[in-house]
Amino acid sequence: MNSLTNKLLGGKEGIYALGLLAAIIFIAFPLTLDLFRLGLVGKYITYAFVAIGLVLLWGNGGILSLGQGMFFGLGGYAMAMFLKLEASDPISTKIQTTPGIPDFMDWNQLTALPWFWEPFHSFTFTLIAIVAVPAIVAYIIGVAMFKRRVGGVYFSIITQAITLILSILIIGQQGYTGGVNGMTDLKTLLGWDIRTDSAKYILYYVNGILLFGCIFVSRYIMTSKFGMLLLAMRDKEDRVRFSGYDVSSFKIFIYCVAAVISAIGGAMFTLQVGFMSPSFVGIVPSIEMVIFAAVGGRMSLIGAVYGTLLVNFGKTMFSESYPDLWLFLMGGLFIAVVMFFPNGLAGEYNKIKKKIPFLRKIAGIDSVEKAGDASATEKAATEVVEVKVDETATDGKSGLESKGATT
Amino acid sequence: MFGYSIADISNILVMQGFAGLSLFSVLLLMALGLAIIFGQMGVINMAHGEFMAIGAYTTVLFSNFAVKLDIVQSYFVFAIIAAFIVAFIVGYVVEYALIRHLYKRPLDTLLATWGLSLIMQQIFRSSFGAKEVSATLPEWLLGSFKPTEDIDIPINGVFVMVLAAVVTAGVFIFMYRSRWGLRMRATVQNRVMAGAVGINTKMVDRVTFALGCGIAGVAGAAFTTIASTGPTTGSLYIVDSFMVVVFGGAASLIGTIASAFGIAQAQSILQFFMTSSMGKVATLLTIVVILMMKPEGLFSTKVRK
Repeated sequence: MNSLTNKLLGGKEGIYALGLLAAIIFIAFPLTLDLFRLGLVGKYITYAFVAIGLVLLWGNGGILSLGQGMFFGLGGYAMAMFLKLEASDPISTKIQTTPGIPDFMDWNQLTALPWFWEPFHSFTFTLIAIVAVPAIVAYIIGVAMFKRRVGGVYFSIITQAITLILSILIIGQQGYTGGVNGMTDLKTLLGWDIRTDSAKYILYYVNGILLFGCIFVSRYIMTSKFGMLLLAMRDKEDRVRFSGYDVSSFKIFIYCVAAVISAIGGAMFTLQVGFMSPSFVGIVPSIEMVIFAAVGGRMSLIGAVYGTLLVNFGKTMFSESYPDLWLFLMGGLFIAVVMFFPNGLAGEYNKIKKKIPFLRKIAGIDSVEKAGDASATEKAATEVVEVKVDETATDGKSGLESKGATT
Repeated sequence: MFGYSIADISNILVMQGFAGLSLFSVLLLMALGLAIIFGQMGVINMAHGEFMAIGAYTTVLFSNFAVKLDIVQSYFVFAIIAAFIVAFIVGYVVEYALIRHLYKRPLDTLLATWGLSLIMQQIFRSSFGAKEVSATLPEWLLGSFKPTEDIDIPINGVFVMVLAAVVTAGVFIFMYRSRWGLRMRATVQNRVMAGAVGINTKMVDRVTFALGCGIAGVAGAAFTTIASTGPTTGSLYIVDSFMVVVFGGAASLIGTIASAFGIAQAQSILQFFMTSSMGKVATLLTIVVILMMKPEGLFSTKVRK
C-alpha cells in the first residue's frame, strides 16, 4: 500500500472504522429501514457534512464558527433556486399572473425574474455557485477577521451575527427567497423526477458517496503538513507565527474548506428532502450542528458522522414521543459533552479500546507494546492530545488569556 | 424625502428616537450585565437572555399576587428588587455548578451556556406555558404625555429609561467606589497578584457573574413594562446584546452605553423608513462591517495580544 492511500485510510484501524461506517450507511440502513426512515437518515447525513467541516475548523483549527448553517443554507438555496426554476416553467405555472416565474414571486407581485436568479437556469452555473459562493463569502469574512487577528469568542459572536443577518434577509425578502416557507414544490433535476422511490435511493447513495469523498479530502488535509500546522496553530498560535508561517492565510483556507463542505451538504439536503427553508440557516441550527461534532468527538471525522446520526436519531425519537423532554435532553447534552466528555464518542472509544483485546488488535496497540519503549511514546502522545483540548482557545487570540491564565 | 414634510420628519424622528430610547434602555440593561461578565471575566454567557426572562417572569408572578392583594399601585418597585435577587441567586448557583469549571475554555463555556439556555427555556415553557404572559401594570405607568400636538411619548418608556439610568449609575458606583468593585477590578487586572494580597478571587468571580445575571433580571422587569414575556423572549435579545458589548469594546462600560444607544437608535429609526426586518439587517450589517475594520470595538481598553 503506498503512503497516500495509507494516510487516507488511516492504517489498519482506519480501514476497519471506515469499513464499518460504509457498511452501516450503504448496507445496513437501506436494508433495515423503510423509505421514510431512510430519507430521514439521508437528511442527517447532509448535516454530517457540516459536522465534518467543524471537525476541521473547530477540532483541528480551534476556530469555533457559530455560522456554519449559513453555508449549509447558501449551498441548499443555490440548489433550490435551480430546481425551483426548473419546476416553474411557463406551462405548469400558466395560472399565475406572470407565468414562468416561481410561485412565491408571483404571490409577492413580482413580474419579472430578479437578475440574480437568471444564471440559475444553468445547471453548470448552479454547481459552480454551490461551491464558489460559500467559498467567496467565507474568504471575505476570513480575510476581514483573521488578517486582523480576531479569533476566539469574538469570531464566534460575529459569525453568529452574520448568520442572523442572512436568516433575517431570507425571511424578510419573501419575494426573492420564498420567505419563511422557503422554496417548496421542487420536482425535477434536469428532467429527472427526484420524488420517486428509486430517485430517493439513488440520491441517498450519492449523498453517502459524497460524504466519504469529503471525509477523504478532510483526512488528506489533516494528515498533511498543513494539518500539523493547523494543530500547532490551535495550541500555540504565536509560536507558529514566530516560526514564520502566515497564520491568517491558513485559517482563511480551512474556513473556506469547511464552508464548501457544509454547502455541499446543504445542496444534497435540498435534493434529498425536496425543499429548503430558513429554519436550516439561522442561529439555532448552526449551533446545533456544533453539538453534532462535539458529541462525536471534535477531533474525529468518523466520530462526527456518528455524533450527527446519534443526536438526530435521539431528536426524532424524543420529539415524536416526548416533545417536552427533548429540550431538556438537548440542553443537558450540551453541558455534559462540554463538562465530562470534551473528546466526545471518539474520545471514549480511544479510552475503551485499550481494554478490549479485539480492539487492541485492530488498533495495533499490542504490536506497539511489543516493540518496547514505543508504548511510552504512544501514551505520552494521547496525554498530549487530552491536554490540548483543555487548553484550546485560551491561548493568545482574544486578549482574554490574561484573565484565565491562573489556577 | 419619501413624501413627508419637514415637520413630519422631525416628529417622526422624535417619536422613533424615543421608541429607540426604550429599546436602548432594555439593551443597555442587558448589555451591562453581559459586559460585566464578558468584559471582566471573559466568559460568554449565552443564557443571559434567559436570566432576563427570569426577571420578567418574577415580575409577572409579583403582579399576579399584587392583583390578588389589591396593591397594584405599589408592587412594582418590590418586583424589580425581587427580579434582581432571583436572577442573582440563580446566577450564583450556575457559576458554582457550571461556569467555574470552564474558565480555561471560553469556547466551551459558550456551548455549555447555550445548553443551559435551552433547559431554562423549557422550564419556562413547562411552568408558565408557551403563551406570552404580561404583568398587570400600575396605572401610573400607563398612558402617555404630549409635549406638542403631534408628539406622543409613552410614560412606560420614560420609566424604563429612568430605571436604566439608575442601574447604570449603581453599577458605576459599585465598580469604581466600593470595596467589591475594587476587588473585581484587581482580579481582572492581575489575578495572581490579587490572590496574593488576600482577595478571594473565586468568590469575586462568583459574585461578578451573579451580579451580571441580577442586572439581566432587572432588564427583564423593565421589559415587562413595554412588552409581554414568552419562553423565548430572552433569546431574541441575545445576539443584539452581544453586538452591543463587542461593538462598544469588551471591557469598557462607557463603550457599552454608547454602542447600546447607537444600535438602538439606528435600529428604530431605520425600521421606520424601511421594513422592520431590513432595518435590523442594515443595523447589524453596519456593525459587522465596522467590527471587521475595527475589531476591538469603539472604546477599547488596551489589552495585550
